[in-house]
Formats: sequence, C-alpha cells, structure tokens
Amino acid sequence: MVEKIFTRPKSLTDVPTHYCPGCHHGLVHRLIAEIIDETHLQATTIGIAPVGCSVLAYDYFNFDMVGAAHGRAPAVATGVKRVHPENLVFTYQGDGDIAAIGCAEIVHAAVRGEKISTIFINNAIYGMTGGQMAPTTLISQVTNTTPYGRCAEGTGKPLRLSEMIATIDGAVYVARVAVHDSIHMTKAKQCIKKAFDIQMKGLGFAMVEVLSTCPTNWGMSPLKAVDWMKENMFPQFPLGVLKASEEVLK
Amino acid sequence: MSEKVLMKGNEAIGEAAIAAGCRYYFGYPITPQTELAEYMAKRMAEVNGVFLQAESEVAAINMVYGAAGAGARTMTSSSSPGISLKQEGISYIAGAELPCVIVNISRGGPGLGSIQPSQADYFQATKGGGHGDYRNIVIAPNSVQELVNHTIKAFDLADKYRNPVMVLGDGALGQMMEPVLLPERILASTPKPWAATGLRGRSKPNIINSLYLIPNQLEEHNLRLQKKYYDISKAEVMYEEYNTDEAELIIVAYGITSRIARSAIDKARKDGYKVGLLRPITLWPFPVDIFTKLANTAKAFLTLELSAGQMVEDVRLSVNGCKPVYFYGRMGGMIPSTKEIYGQIVKYYSNGGEQ
Repeated sequence: MVEKIFTRPKSLTDVPTHYCPGCHHGLVHRLIAEIIDETHLQATTIGIAPVGCSVLAYDYFNFDMVGAAHGRAPAVATGVKRVHPENLVFTYQGDGDIAAIGCAEIVHAAVRGEKISTIFINNAIYGMTGGQMAPTTLISQVTNTTPYGRCAEGTGKPLRLSEMIATIDGAVYVARVAVHDSIHMTKAKQCIKKAFDIQMKGLGFAMVEVLSTCPTNWGMSPLKAVDWMKENMFPQFPLGVLKASEEVLK
Repeated sequence: MSEKVLMKGNEAIGEAAIAAGCRYYFGYPITPQTELAEYMAKRMAEVNGVFLQAESEVAAINMVYGAAGAGARTMTSSSSPGISLKQEGISYIAGAELPCVIVNISRGGPGLGSIQPSQADYFQATKGGGHGDYRNIVIAPNSVQELVNHTIKAFDLADKYRNPVMVLGDGALGQMMEPVLLPERILASTPKPWAATGLRGRSKPNIINSLYLIPNQLEEHNLRLQKKYYDISKAEVMYEEYNTDEAELIIVAYGITSRIARSAIDKARKDGYKVGLLRPITLWPFPVDIFTKLANTAKAFLTLELSAGQMVEDVRLSVNGCKPVYFYGRMGGMIPSTKEIYGQIVKYYSNGGEQ
C-alpha cells in the first residue's frame, strides 16, 4: 500500500466552503489548520470568527470556535484568553471588520499586549455585503460605494493597519504576507506559525496580515485578480515582517 | 462572615459577585457606578481573578461574551449611557445563550443626561434594549443588602437559564452606605459542557454563535428562546407586598422609589388611609399575577417612578382595565420626598378616588 502523503488537515472539517472561486480565504484556512495540526494544538485551540465573508469559519475549522459581533473579535478573544490562558486563541478578521468598525478593539488588544494572534485578511473591499469600500480600498479603486473610484478627498487614503499596529509596544510581531503562489504561501505559513508560537510562549500580541484577492467583487478572473493584487496592492501594502521585537528574535 | 459591615452599594455588588464565584470582570469608568470597577480592580487581584478596564463599554461587553462563552462566571457594570453602548453585545449574548451578569447603576437621560439617580432605563432593560426578540432577566433591588443577595441570585439565574441577567439599580442605591451581611464564599460549579474550552478530548467542536442563516432554523431557535422565556416567567417572578391586605390604593414602585413609598404609606396608614405597596423585584419577568389578584380587592393603583412613566405601562397591561392606574413621576435626577408621595395619596382621597 502506498503511504498517504497529502491529506485534509484534521483541523479542517470535511465540507465544501462557500468561498468564491479564486478567493484566498480557503488557502489561509488550510495554512492555519496545517500549523495547528503540526503543533498538536487542535485540542486546545479556540478560534474567533468575524462578521464578513469568513463569518462561517466555524463551519470549516475543526476545533472550538466563537462567532463575534462585527469588529469585536479581539475583545471576544480577550475574554476567552483570560479564561483559558493556556489555550491558543486567535482571531480571523477581514479588512472591514478589523480596520473600520473594529479599529478600537484591535488597537487596544495590541496595547494590552493581549496574548492572542490575529490573522487579518486584506482584500481591499467588503466582500460579504457585495463589494463596498473598505478602509484598505485603493485610490481610484471602483467599488459599489465608490462607483467613480475611491477619491482621497472625502474618503481618505488606504489605511495601513499593520504599520499602525507595529507602532504599538504591546504588538511584538507584525507581518504582511500573501498566498498567491507556493513561495509566498510557504512564507505566510512561517509567519502565522511564528505568531502562534509567540502566543504560546506568552510573549505578547502578534498579527499577520494576508493580502488576498476578491475576484467576485473586483470583477475579474482569479488569475487576473492575482495580477491586479501584485500590481496595485503590493506597492501600497509592502510584504514582509514589519516588526519583530527583541524578545521575539531571541 | 456573619458580622454586618457598612458598605457602599457599588462595592457591595462587587463583593457579592466575588462571593458568587465571579472571577472575570470587564468594565469602563462611568459615574455613578465607578466605585464598582475600582473595587473590582482591588479585589480581583486578591482572589486571583481578572479585572480588565476595557477601551469602551462596547469592548467590555464583548469581553464578557468571550469569557462567558469560554465557560466562566463573568460580569460587567456601567451606567445608562454605557449600558446603551452594551446593547449590541447583550443581544449577541442573548442570541448565543450565554450566562452573564450586567449591572446598571442608572442615571438621568436621555443622552448624557445627568449623574443623579433615575429609573428611565426601564424600557431598555425590560423590553429588549438591543435588536431581536429576546429578554433579559431584570432584578431591581431596593437596599444594599438586596444588591448583595440579588447579585448572587443573578449569577445563579444566568447559569440556570443561560441568559443575561441585569441587576438594575440607580445612582442612589449605588452610592448609599448601609450595613450588610455578606455571604460565605459560594462555589460556582454549574457544569457548562457547551462552552468553548478547546476540544480537550471532545470529538465535536463547541461553537458559540448567534447566526442562523436558514430562516426556519432561526425561527426554531427563536421558538426555543421564547419557550425559555415562558419558563422563566412562570418560575422566577419576585415581588414584595406591604400592607396590601384590604388596601384601597396600591402604590406600585420598585428600587429606591419603593423605599420612599413605604415611608409615605406608613404615615398615610397612621392617618387612616388604606394604602399598600406592591414592589416588583423582578421587572422582567413582571409579576403579572399578583396584579390580577390585587385588582379584585383594591380600588386603584398608583405607580411611582423616577421617569416619565415606563413601568406604568406594564402595570396597566397587568391590571388590564379592571381598575384605574395612576402615575406620578419625577425625572432628571430629582427624587420625590416622602411628603410629596404622601401628598399624592391625600390627593387621591380628596378627589374622591380620582387622581
């Protein structure tokens, strides 16, 4: 018999997801599940699902999950983590959830150095409500609420949330990654693993931003969406480790 | 502890919560409840608990949601404007059926209002407050001792029904000092097999959630909730009667107002007026049945509130047209004197039974 070398991670359930073709949510779910399997943390992980496209993340992750109100995942995670300090507690949030309505909650979770990890999916648009402007929407990007393209006058310029969080002392590790090819996927997995590791060592708050496509609401094919992301999002949101404090580097 | 100690209402609530096994408190400063947060900051450190000053009331209630979902006895407290901010979270807590205690030491409104005592949050507390069909159990103590006893009861009811329980006080109760008997330490051991703790050997994940995208499933969920609310309304009603036997005029008042009413009734009784007091202790469930009973013997009801008239609507629904229901209220942090209430009683009699 041939040995099985590739399979669904135990930390994912065996159901089809509702994500659109070409969406990167499924890839990020898989990376998280692989890490949790590899680090044997399935039995002690509690994930916090947001409001947005990944609202149903609790159907796909095969461990305990808590669904939070829009933007409040870091506060909910704080409550969970304070009760179960030995568990791995992470939030999974989109750009609208974390960078608009939930800005106060993510900033102050970082300020407290809350020992949680945040995975932030940035696709520069509100996906679930059908394609409206996010705080991370690019200048000139057309969305349903910026039908003439986002204009800095009146709506401002895209928010670099990770750079902002990196200025906070309690945030010990902040990275921005992408998952559109295997090289970037490997790097993304390393960064998320690092964030979880930091939490389990009790070092402080860590966040990994994942640049992602939204072919449906961007109105392009999955391949074209990847090109658009590379061309437009990468210059605005540069990839890399934005912050790794001394205790993390030790 | 079997000795009485002199305590401020706000601090007594904190000590009662600790006695009830609460070890997770999430709050935000707001007058007139701030002493409770300060007390918890000091005491939680002594009992190995968690005190967390959140960045907002919105964050605090969502921390409570997380801690309750993780299986802990947990509470938050605030005052009227802060309780408004918590309504989103309270709706989610009710929807996800999580047990927690929310203390409202209410003050005058609307808006920023004032910092003086008020009972103008009755509608918000008892009729939902946030979105969706849900109910909070609402308990209204009228003394520092009752703040202690009912805070403990609130935790028990929350666990029993997996439902948010609100202790509704006001600025007077929170700020005043009275001798109280503090209970012995109580061990909270309600099993919570539904909580998000990590699988820890369980095969099926526990999901804490209030989302039901399929309409018939959400309707079923709502029907389950309504059945629970019905059970609560049959089993958990609390009220106090004072001099209601053969009373012609029943004064209806809760919380601090009931104390003033009681003094006025004592004076009125001495002067020959047949007046009694019905004090709802649970504002939801509202003690409907006792109104039906008293409506047989009393000639009229007079509702007293520190509001423009909120509970009086429930009194009218309960009396159901059998007898006249009158109202007297003060607003904005103004508290009527005993003499003022006595005057309302005399007015009723001097108008030949009309208010």
